[in-house]
Amino acid sequence: MDLYSLLRELADSWGLLALFVFFLGTWLWAFRPGSRALHDDAADVVFRHDDGPLEDDATNTNTRSEGQS
Amino acid sequence: MWEWTKVVAFGVITLLAALAASWARDLAFQVHAVIVMLVSAGMFIWSVRGLDEAPAPLPSGYEDGVIRYGVIATAFWGLAGFLVGTFIAFQLAFPALNFEFLQGFGNFGRLRPLHTSAVIFAFGGNALICTSFYIVQRTSAARLWGGNLGWFVFWGYNLFIVLAATGYLLGATQSKEYAEPEWYVDIWLTIVWVAYLAVFVGTILKRKEPHIYVANWFFLAFIVTIAMLHLVNNLSIPVSLLGSKSVQVFSGVQDAMTQWWYGHNAVGFFLTAGFLGMMYYFVPKQAEKPVFSYKLSIIHFWALIFLYIWAGPHHLHYTALPDWASTLGMVFSIVLWMPSWGGMINGLMTLSGAWDKIRTDPIIRMMVISLGFYGMSTFEGPMMSIRAVNSLSHYTDWTIGHVHSGALGWNGMITFSALYFLTPRLWGRASLYSLRLVNWHFWLATIGIILYAASMWVTGIMEGLMWREVDAQGFLVNSFADTVQAKFPMLVVRGLGGVLYLTGAIIMCYNLWMTAFGKQQTAAVADDSAIPAE
Repeated sequence: MDLYSLLRELADSWGLLALFVFFLGTWLWAFRPGSRALHDDAADVVFRHDDGPLEDDATNTNTRSEGQS
Repeated sequence: MWEWTKVVAFGVITLLAALAASWARDLAFQVHAVIVMLVSAGMFIWSVRGLDEAPAPLPSGYEDGVIRYGVIATAFWGLAGFLVGTFIAFQLAFPALNFEFLQGFGNFGRLRPLHTSAVIFAFGGNALICTSFYIVQRTSAARLWGGNLGWFVFWGYNLFIVLAATGYLLGATQSKEYAEPEWYVDIWLTIVWVAYLAVFVGTILKRKEPHIYVANWFFLAFIVTIAMLHLVNNLSIPVSLLGSKSVQVFSGVQDAMTQWWYGHNAVGFFLTAGFLGMMYYFVPKQAEKPVFSYKLSIIHFWALIFLYIWAGPHHLHYTALPDWASTLGMVFSIVLWMPSWGGMINGLMTLSGAWDKIRTDPIIRMMVISLGFYGMSTFEGPMMSIRAVNSLSHYTDWTIGHVHSGALGWNGMITFSALYFLTPRLWGRASLYSLRLVNWHFWLATIGIILYAASMWVTGIMEGLMWREVDAQGFLVNSFADTVQAKFPMLVVRGLGGVLYLTGAIIMCYNLWMTAFGKQQTAAVADDSAIPAE
């Protein structure tokens, strides 16, 4: 089989299936149980660090919210 | 050691560029070699002068200097791009504006790619680079990675723009829409883009927040995909190492498909994914509310990048492209409507509970109209990708109107609101110089876009219908010149829309300038913040 036909075949069979399954996986991942707290926390990131970067020392760890693993 | 390496490198580049300028095969290559020589000579002198300076202390805080330059560059290129666009709009209405003394440099064919590249890559690109640097630092709680590499990205990218723009005027083009720059300019952009990717990923890797905020996902998709598109669509072999001409590796329908795979994903990943990154940061910030649904933003991201990459073939309906490929492009374009509107709803609903801000805050109003135009053009686009609709709309000004409702409405307005958001913060001002002027900008730009889009709908559908009109014997009724004549009033209205949009942008630049460099505003101006709705 020439390369064109091979790729053409792959694109509308296993390739399509793999991409579609991956995409369904992103839905399941986004809506997995227990993700609510994580997502609420992530949505709040934009309001946290306006003044400057967090340094490596331990004093700033309290600005991270709980609920992280 | 590194300082000396730089001095030597700049010296060698200056010398090589001087040789290239003298041996150049064509004018464009010669001018470019001179530009590179001058830039490199300037850098040589600058690095020699810095040799015995003590190394600066390690900086702390966010790297905002390069973002300030980016804001200025965005505003400058915006003005330049809108000005050229308005001028070529009037060139189409009044062909006498293709002045005889400018033939070969300032006629429509030379200025048109100058306009598209100035607004997309210079205005949009600088906006994307500076906002992505701003956002990735704030959402990662980390200083920009790579030290001065961020500066290299900024200046390198703007050198690319200068080379591209001067090249178009002098006739160096590989005739691929939105990918016109010739081979050596492409190679330079590749180097700059790899540095951009390194700075962005480096900052994400040293983030102090456990989660990578969704805006960064969109920016990352934009950077990675543009790198891939740029490399594949610019596969070409230079005719001479001392000339600007190159020959494409692909030919025929493969070349056309590659070009529109590139072209539509330039829309999808440069003008959509990157600007959605801006949207997901600046809309929540300005509304002071977190994004409506973070889960929806994740779905939005994956759906958008999975679908956009397939939409390119809808540019090639009724061509040598196989039917299955053009159907595939059409179907994916229609499905793409859903994530697009999902993203629009996510942005708009972020304002739920704060709808009053549309009345009181002109920056929020700009963001809302930007999302409105995003929704409108992402409905219009899928519709135009349907083969039957495309048979009417393709090659007409309807396409131009569609592009501009997206570009002026969505990209322009979200960039303006980002500039209004950034300028007071980057220059340490309490507020903008004048919110009243933001309001003026908003209405001038909005009316300008409406004039533009409406006149292009009318003229596009009209010329599409005129082209296909046949009489009882089956002969075509109209000659091409008939359509040109019939389009004249709409072309003038379109130009006037451009004038309004440009006027709004000039007002914005004045406002931003006064915010950043004007006198500190008085309390009276700050009181302006609660202006009544129109």
